[in-house]
Amino acid sequence: MTMTSLYEEVTQVPDGVPTRRVTITVNGQKRTVDVEPRLLLAHLIRQGLKLTGTHTGCDTTNCGACTVLFDGRPIKSCTMLAVQADGHKVETVEGMGTASELHPIQEGFKEEHGLQCGFCTPGMMLAAKALLEKNPNPTEDEVRWALSGNLCRCTGYQNIVKAVLWAADKMRDQQA
Amino acid sequence: MYPSRFEYDAPKTLEEAIAILDRSGGEAKVLAGGQSLVPMLKLRFASPERIVDINGIPGLDSFRVDADGTLRIGALVRHEDMENSALLEKSFPTLAGAASLVADPIVRVRGTFVGSVCHADPQGDWAATMVALGGRIVAQGPNGRREIEMSKFVLGPFVTALAFNEIAVEAVIPGAKGTARGGYLKLERRVGDFATASVAVSLDMTGATVNRAGCALAGVGGRTIDANEAISLLNGKELTEANIAAAAEAVAEAADPRTDHRGSADYKRHIVKTFVTRILTGIARTDQKAA
Repeated sequence: MTMTSLYEEVTQVPDGVPTRRVTITVNGQKRTVDVEPRLLLAHLIRQGLKLTGTHTGCDTTNCGACTVLFDGRPIKSCTMLAVQADGHKVETVEGMGTASELHPIQEGFKEEHGLQCGFCTPGMMLAAKALLEKNPNPTEDEVRWALSGNLCRCTGYQNIVKAVLWAADKMRDQQA
Repeated sequence: MYPSRFEYDAPKTLEEAIAILDRSGGEAKVLAGGQSLVPMLKLRFASPERIVDINGIPGLDSFRVDADGTLRIGALVRHEDMENSALLEKSFPTLAGAASLVADPIVRVRGTFVGSVCHADPQGDWAATMVALGGRIVAQGPNGRREIEMSKFVLGPFVTALAFNEIAVEAVIPGAKGTARGGYLKLERRVGDFATASVAVSLDMTGATVNRAGCALAGVGGRTIDANEAISLLNGKELTEANIAAAAEAVAEAADPRTDHRGSADYKRHIVKTFVTRILTGIARTDQKAA
């Protein structure tokens, strides 16, 4: 079990400011950290745990770049306190696959050119993962609705939607 | 952005949570889904000394219908829980219509119905459905529970009748005595934007006759517009083309829109009229087919 003291890095806590010890299962690994209650989950993940695949874009609950899976469901990690994740499971893009063994969704984004700058991509892929777990055979319309909380300023979404449909096909094939 | 410093409590019972609020003397805020509160904390629109996180309190995360048809929605029921519910589809179509239009799909995973109503945003979708359906909020404080009519619950933008030591534990919505019909339509420039205009309509019907009609609007005024009186001209009548047109006209009159970057006041009023017509015509057609 790793023990990290985060508050100095994140908010420069003066002496006497209380912190909380929380244990969060991140990508299958238990992490125990001391956090100030006001620390956002997105900041814990990025600055504290150094998992910088989770991006912070708008910081105002609009863009979805900070989307992670919280107990398997997608949430915007800039809009949850890190203390609230105590005892819960968090999955970030780092938990999806590796460079040599891509998750089918990652493969789909590669095959269908589902990204340009890549900033929104981790959030897109996790939102897609949550969709495909609930609905392995979505229509194009269902993909668009499921991703409507994630903004992309490059692609115009066409290839993102194609990438998710590609991944859905592949994942169904793997199941069959 | 990050919030200003606060103390954090995650009580395991309502009594404990209320005791903390009581001791804090108005300097604490209740955290449920956090999809409005956390952004407000980050923008420093809210800087409470203490956050009371109620997510660990059992018994608040489901909705149910009583024997008399009354719907009870617990304080931790998420927007997403209300999507694709066959029960709501049948008995509370106004709520079913709004469920998938609240915010965006990821916010709906976390945000709560009751929290949205307590946030008292004039743009709130659920607030409009509550007004159209004649809902109430159950508030629990140190001296027990009280029920507050929606019309008396929201005192102004972002202000409610909740006392500092009370928690809104449940929303209560009366069921239809006859057949429940209704709908919710919203025009937004993109998902997650504030509505240009939205319309909630609820009808309690016997056969083709409307017993009681309810209506409320969001996005077309500085508050949730209570259009119940305007649409009451349908009470005791059938959904004929003429009656629908009269109701749509009356509801559009009740709107109080302002011209802004989302459209002119006239345009928004026109949208309201169109949406009321669309919802009522849809109901009339389905009923004709069924008959």
